[in-house]
Amino acid sequence: MIKFMKYYWVYFILSSLVILPGLYSLVRWGIKPSIDFTGGTLLELQVEPDETGFDQNTLRQLAEENNIEVASVRTSGENSYLLQAKPFDQAANTALQEKVASAAATVTEKRFETLGPTLGAEMLKKTLTAIGVASFGILLFVWKQFNDKKYGICAILGMFHDTLVVFGIFSLLGHFYSVEIDTLFMTAVLTILSFSVHDTIVVYDRIRESLHKFPTVPYRTIVNKAVNETLGRSVNNSMTIIFMLLTLYLLGGETTRWFVLALLIGTVSGTYSSTFVAAPLLVLWERVFEKKK
Amino acid sequence: MVLQADMSKVSPEDRQTALESVKEIVSRRVDLYGVTEPVIQTSKVNDDYRILAELPGIREVSDAVNLLGTTAQLDFRAIPETLKEATPGSVPLYQYESTGLSGADLKRAMVQFGSSSAIGAGPSVGLQFTDEGKQKFAQITKDNVGKPLAIFLDEMPVTAPLVSEAITTGEAVISGSFDTETAKTLAIQLNAGALPVPVKVIEQRTIGPSLGQDSVNKSIVAGSIGLILVMAFMAAYYGKLGLIADIALIIYGLVTLSIYKLIPITLSLPGIAGFILSVGMAVDSNILIFERMKEEMRVGRNWKTAMELGFGRAWDSIKDANLATIITALILLNPFNFSWLVTSGMVRGFALTLLLGVLIGLFTGVAVTRTLLRVLYKGKEIKL
Repeated sequence: MIKFMKYYWVYFILSSLVILPGLYSLVRWGIKPSIDFTGGTLLELQVEPDETGFDQNTLRQLAEENNIEVASVRTSGENSYLLQAKPFDQAANTALQEKVASAAATVTEKRFETLGPTLGAEMLKKTLTAIGVASFGILLFVWKQFNDKKYGICAILGMFHDTLVVFGIFSLLGHFYSVEIDTLFMTAVLTILSFSVHDTIVVYDRIRESLHKFPTVPYRTIVNKAVNETLGRSVNNSMTIIFMLLTLYLLGGETTRWFVLALLIGTVSGTYSSTFVAAPLLVLWERVFEKKK
Repeated sequence: MVLQADMSKVSPEDRQTALESVKEIVSRRVDLYGVTEPVIQTSKVNDDYRILAELPGIREVSDAVNLLGTTAQLDFRAIPETLKEATPGSVPLYQYESTGLSGADLKRAMVQFGSSSAIGAGPSVGLQFTDEGKQKFAQITKDNVGKPLAIFLDEMPVTAPLVSEAITTGEAVISGSFDTETAKTLAIQLNAGALPVPVKVIEQRTIGPSLGQDSVNKSIVAGSIGLILVMAFMAAYYGKLGLIADIALIIYGLVTLSIYKLIPITLSLPGIAGFILSVGMAVDSNILIFERMKEEMRVGRNWKTAMELGFGRAWDSIKDANLATIITALILLNPFNFSWLVTSGMVRGFALTLLLGVLIGLFTGVAVTRTLLRVLYKGKEIKL
């Protein structure tokens, strides 16, 4: 048996090494919201292709050449395209249409509008409330199932750990590679929260079982035993999810790339945190709050 | 679909807020109607205020137009005080006066199928008032015993039944020439609240998927390859047991797909995330069980005892872990439509696929695997 719990400070340092730069970035640069949060501009064009052909990708490319930050290009009927982007003005619109005109037979503007956000302040508030309520629900549930508040609290702390890791890394990615936070990212975060708790409970279940079986063995040894016993399962399980995500990351389209990356980071962090954050926290908790008795 | 709001009666500084509340109500109606992952946005062109609604998977466009394009202002009207003496039948409906009881006093509206002679056999819309509305309604019906009480919807009379006695239960029924669809639409509109300003549908059409067919295809190919890798991994690591888990996984996939078809769920990216996570959790049940079985065999138990013990012991952790996920999914799904929780598309779409996935995964990962093991390896020994 490997004495994992002896070195719990090592894991906390390791976590800090990942979280602190992200936290710094979050405070210093924040996150880069996409037009899902900020709103933007919508342009719809009717483009008759010439013999060289014209499709969604041509339009996206032309728009990007004109420094328009494109969010999505979709078809909206025969030879008609719907472009959503960060706000741009009439001048940029005219310039883009000139470019399009030179690449196609004819071009007609059908709509040019300012868009409101899809995930406005109201929605965001409600999503955060729901996450808060869910966290509280899980706290109570774990507390009740394991008859001790420390399990509930440490499970939630492990969950926050993973959320911080993902937000931090995406804040850094946003600053250095202009990666944006969109509605998909929010779902990725929700997924990570569920996964993290799921994984942690499996470890805690082992601790609970051993506590019944060996009531006289020191708590730290019990936690250590549980971690040893569940590590194989944790890694195997995460491998299956990581297989799925890695193929999606490598072979899936460009649009899903950052979404899948967020899920990947979350899965790795979730696996790590249930063994190396949520379990050592229990040991630490016991040492700080319960040893004095 | 593009809705244009008529802001002529709204002062310029209030228009943005009015538009926001139109958006809220449109979203609520769409949610109650049950569209998966709609996108509702506000839009402004010069002085035109608009709502863009993207409703994936809707087949009957006219239904959507009826649902979103009408104001749904409910109003109860009675014969005015000045005409009290006239015979009820001689007072035309347009002379009726508002009683002050309106859609704002509603707690809930629902579709009913009446059987009493008064209502008729067809579908009708049942109304339940708030406490305040209940008192108002009791007072109004008391004052108007023997007289008609007209129900107006968007300034149009729907029905004007005679009040036979004072109604103190706070319940009423709108009957009229409804079919099931129109009754459902009205119930949704009343539940979601009236639109603060009139809107009209100025445009509706079908648009292509934002992901692009190319991207969806890529995701499906990638997902399949990933799934095959997972299955190969399970078989390589757990041998014959892994193969059993793979069969359970295939059954899992088939059941999930057929339920997606039945409900129907529009598979979008958040949905895919929920699906991947639930695949992971379904496999996890098997991994937990197999690891337990290995342990039991290591301490010298025979294969059959180890199998039964493995299932029994692993169940505790499987149960707790999955219950925690179900709690999360339920809170995000918000099935009771609490207004302070998420009421809108994306998050709920994710929660729904996650919830379904976990429930199906529990069934295939535990029940199906166990049955397969018992049947296929009856009396035989397997080396782990």
